[in-house]
Amino acid sequence: MAKAKQEELDGAQALIKTLDDLGVEYVFGYSGGAALPIFDALETVKTNMKFVLTRHEQGATHMADGYARATGKPAVVLVTSGPGAGNTITGIMTAQMDSVPMIIITGQQVTWMLGKDAFQEADIFGITIPVVKHNYLVRETNELPQITREAYHIATTGRPGPVLIDVPKNVSQSPFTGSLEAELDLPGYKPELAFEDIDTEAVEEAAKLINLAKKPVILAGHGAMLAGAEPELMELSSRTETPVTTTLLGKGVFPESHALSLGMLGMHGTAYANKAICECDLILNIGSRFDDRIIGQADKFGANAKIIHIDIDRSEMGKMIVPDIQVVGDAKAVLQTLLPLIEETEHKEWNEHLTGYKKKYPLAYKKQGGLRMQQVLDEIHELTGGDAIVTTDVGQHQMWAAQFYRNDKSFKFITSGGAGTMGFGFPAAIGAQFAQPDQTVIAVAGDGGFQMTLCELATAVIHKLPIKILVLNNHYLGMVRQWQELFFDNRESGVDLEGNPDFVKLAEAYGAKGINIKRPADVRKKLQEALDYNDGPVLINAECIKTDNVFPMIPAGAALEDMLTEPPKYKMAKPVGST
Amino acid sequence: MSRTITTTDKKPKPKADVIGGHTLSMFVNNKPGVLMRICQIFARRAYNIDSLVVSQGRDPKFARLTLGISGDPTGLPQIILQCHKLVDVIHCYEHTPDNSVVRELVLIKLAVQGGEKRTEVLQIVEHFGGKTVDLTEESMIIRVEGASDKVDAALRLLNSYEIIETVRTGKVVMARGELDT
Repeated sequence: MAKAKQEELDGAQALIKTLDDLGVEYVFGYSGGAALPIFDALETVKTNMKFVLTRHEQGATHMADGYARATGKPAVVLVTSGPGAGNTITGIMTAQMDSVPMIIITGQQVTWMLGKDAFQEADIFGITIPVVKHNYLVRETNELPQITREAYHIATTGRPGPVLIDVPKNVSQSPFTGSLEAELDLPGYKPELAFEDIDTEAVEEAAKLINLAKKPVILAGHGAMLAGAEPELMELSSRTETPVTTTLLGKGVFPESHALSLGMLGMHGTAYANKAICECDLILNIGSRFDDRIIGQADKFGANAKIIHIDIDRSEMGKMIVPDIQVVGDAKAVLQTLLPLIEETEHKEWNEHLTGYKKKYPLAYKKQGGLRMQQVLDEIHELTGGDAIVTTDVGQHQMWAAQFYRNDKSFKFITSGGAGTMGFGFPAAIGAQFAQPDQTVIAVAGDGGFQMTLCELATAVIHKLPIKILVLNNHYLGMVRQWQELFFDNRESGVDLEGNPDFVKLAEAYGAKGINIKRPADVRKKLQEALDYNDGPVLINAECIKTDNVFPMIPAGAALEDMLTEPPKYKMAKPVGST
Repeated sequence: MSRTITTTDKKPKPKADVIGGHTLSMFVNNKPGVLMRICQIFARRAYNIDSLVVSQGRDPKFARLTLGISGDPTGLPQIILQCHKLVDVIHCYEHTPDNSVVRELVLIKLAVQGGEKRTEVLQIVEHFGGKTVDLTEESMIIRVEGASDKVDAALRLLNSYEIIETVRTGKVVMARGELDT
């Protein structure tokens, strides 16, 4: 509603007011010339928003990402033009690949200089098209509220994703004379949302298949979590005694301590989840996009099974796997439509069979021969009761964290799945800790990834965030080294991180607490010491075995049945799939 | 007399018709950058855009696109869904010859200096219902319009004369009957 007399605003102030009105809680950012009017508006407009100055723009995007994954709500990233905007690309791509809502606001050169190679000009609109859900280059000051509201709507509805708004400096500092309550105009945007959009015939067909199945498996993904479909998923699984495996991003949507849980599937998933997929006669995919890390060789995936795919994004249908039945819609709404048609069934034999696999191929590690990452993760899982928010980087530690930090709840395991972004975990933990100040947040990182964004130690220290930074340090890029060992005759190329700093001294230099763990026997005591310290961030540097390997493993592009559960005794062919 | 009009738009070695494959229509927001989003979807998946026609809709807020594309046909349904997913795309359909009308127009500049040859060319033009739209002592520009294969046929016949350059509009498509374009 337009006020009787609207105070005089400039574009930047209208932008900040709109963000505040939308309920944005946090702005993570880094200032610069072209964004000056917007940073000034953060001072001149009274809002409920809190601004966090990061030490690098990439850190700002991962913080907003971690915040969103811990709350379901988007945060704002605010940076300047050119290099500032360019530094956000990796973080935006990470959010896009994992369906994370985010609003990125970039300052820009004045409109009349665009295309003239002006100082700190970059065509961030053009550059980011492939990595955003949508983006805008604002040319009229009065359009700012409408565009901001559209961006928020697009970012948070349907399949969530990042939306970027590029704001030239003359647009943000010109007087604003429009309405702050502008209406959305999105004739081409139809996110699948409601019950009435669901194809009930397809749901009936799906119910028939589920009721007939003898060896069914549910594959639950991030989409089920984003839809809040946990109760429906539990009901479906319990009523039909159907075991549930989840994707990496779906961890926690079904309790991993439950008897029907098979844990994570895929390249480094559990042997029993992958064997269940190979042997089942029905795969019910709820909100997963059949990522290549899950399916391995596409034509052999679930070769003997009927496949039902439930996804909110129509363009995921048939992209990787052509399902027998597809249902487009919100996972919760689809399951609520489906459940009344589902009969109570028993699958005793099937579950006993899978329990046999669980006994034969448990996730385990050797306790001798030095400190292993698995042990550190296993013990911190025990000490925190599996209830902490865990963020990870990418690599061996990430896969072991997924295997050994078992989750019983959604939104507790925050990791870069699709993009596989090193340097994600620590800043994401900062965002998650801002979002959930009362929860224990553990950033699990390798020595490689941590060094990519460690400058955010300053951010964590200033805000006294009690994050537990667990650097699982093997002085290697371990996952790449593992591949070189298995497929490239152990020729190590570009993986030895000699020159690593003393991480404890590094933490102390920033004013954080540092703890070293060197012996397996010290793990519990030192982790407890870290968990008990809550005056700010604490970095635990765990000196781990240098050349351990993650198993089970399915070489990229291979079929699930070709899974390795232990180191191979013969030389492996180079995998056909990508990384 | 030597020809004074030169061009780099040379006749290629004989090859099957250039415009083939599939015909898509899109109804999109009429804004800068929309075409970039669409083109990226095709380029990323190794599809070539053989022809592209963009024009304003009846409501200038929107624009119409007709794309002639070639590439692996098995990936096409996925591409259509990806285009649909773009916030700026209102809809995207594929059209087949039996459910749509496809037209294009070609302008052909020939070096013809009067006499018998000019008469022959004019006969061909008349046969295809074309028009002479420019005429000088040394050259003529011919316009032929119709379905793509008709335009191809006219070009094939005129190839035995000295064509200087040709410009085709690319296909425009409209769905027949009750169907939406």
